[in-house]
Amino acid sequence: MLNRIWFWLLFIGIVYGFGKGVVESYFPPAVPAAVESDADAKADAKVDADSPGEPVVVANPFKQAGQNLTTAAIEAAEVSVTICLNLIGVMILWLGILQVAKDAGMVDALARLLRPLMRWLFPDVPDGHPAQGAMLMNISANMLGLDNAATPFGLKAMKELQELNSEKETATNSMATFLAINTSSVTLVPISVIALRSAAGGDPAAPVAGILLATIASTIAAVIAVRWLSKLPAFSDNPPPLVAGADGASGVEEDSV
Amino acid sequence: MMEHIIEFAEVVSQWTIPLAMLLIVVWAKIRGVAMYESFLVGAKEGFGVAVMIMPYLVAILVVIKVFLASGLFDDAKYVLAAGLRFAGVESTEVVDSLELLPLAFSKPLSGGASRGLLVEIFDDEQHGPDSRLGLTASLMMGSTETTFYVIAVYFGAVQVRRTRHTLPACLIADFVGLTAAVILGFVLF
Repeated sequence: MLNRIWFWLLFIGIVYGFGKGVVESYFPPAVPAAVESDADAKADAKVDADSPGEPVVVANPFKQAGQNLTTAAIEAAEVSVTICLNLIGVMILWLGILQVAKDAGMVDALARLLRPLMRWLFPDVPDGHPAQGAMLMNISANMLGLDNAATPFGLKAMKELQELNSEKETATNSMATFLAINTSSVTLVPISVIALRSAAGGDPAAPVAGILLATIASTIAAVIAVRWLSKLPAFSDNPPPLVAGADGASGVEEDSV
Repeated sequence: MMEHIIEFAEVVSQWTIPLAMLLIVVWAKIRGVAMYESFLVGAKEGFGVAVMIMPYLVAILVVIKVFLASGLFDDAKYVLAAGLRFAGVESTEVVDSLELLPLAFSKPLSGGASRGLLVEIFDDEQHGPDSRLGLTASLMMGSTETTFYVIAVYFGAVQVRRTRHTLPACLIADFVGLTAAVILGFVLF
């Protein structure tokens, strides 16, 4: 799945960029598309995204298209490393704090409180396993919009889930469930949207209730989808070595581009 | 009334981290935990994890950025708008809603690109943050996550290569979130 997406994103991106460059060389566009550069840091909410400025007349569109693709690839690589470097400090801080909370018995207390829910969501994770605490901390941080704290807890949770995994290179049901809940996270305080709206001079409050409702819907969908898909033979526990086009995710392929 | 709730929510979120830290150290103090040492035990893991995800992140971000840089999204929007006009759809609301498509598709791929698109809708003279379109875009932005990025980073941290049904499940959830956002946009605003 990821292999195919990887190939197609790269293939379509480059081929389309090439084609567009050729076409624009023959038919100069009326309004050239602005080139956007962005730092894909999930963590910082107050990014001053550059809105496209005044149209620039491109001298050689074909060369420009190639340059855009090259810049995009190199910038992405650089940005990835920046993200990781920024993450190091935050990871160290939060994993340290989490360890203190664990040693004080707080995480276990929280896990005990929510045990029925955790049992139902993650049947393969034994009661009192450290993965439970880390997952709970991650989900709570996500709900409050604390991205900086959520990632370290999430990575810690993955490491703990990996301890329970017999096939180290294959995701377990619990990992899939955890990620589905994480990415569809119920959001009480959508910090980044609030920040962007107040920056644009709008009413920052308006969409909060709607976001809460929409994320509740998507989380319910995530749990149902993860349950249903885990039972399909295509995603069985020990899949055969991947043959191109044989992983049978055809029903889901439409949403995945 | 709503403003007060939001104000309160923002205050709560700003104080969450300091108060959580305070609660943890006070609790640890009462329990008699050697907290400095246990902080260091946990902290030593942090560096390794953060460094380990680097190759995974580069792998996923490069293909996403190249895909976005090709200009496919912008063109698809023009083609769709032209197609609608050709089909005789004159309603500006419907044509305007196409502005949301690039946002819907780019959000699972890239936080930066989708933020840029959202700000574009906010800065547009015709729309602005409090227009129906701006509000619906805010809902879409808030109800989805940068799925590909999260999956790459989280599985990268534990070196899992075969993600099985994770990605389809997350994308279904994103799709439901986006659909709910659009429906709520029409209902609420």
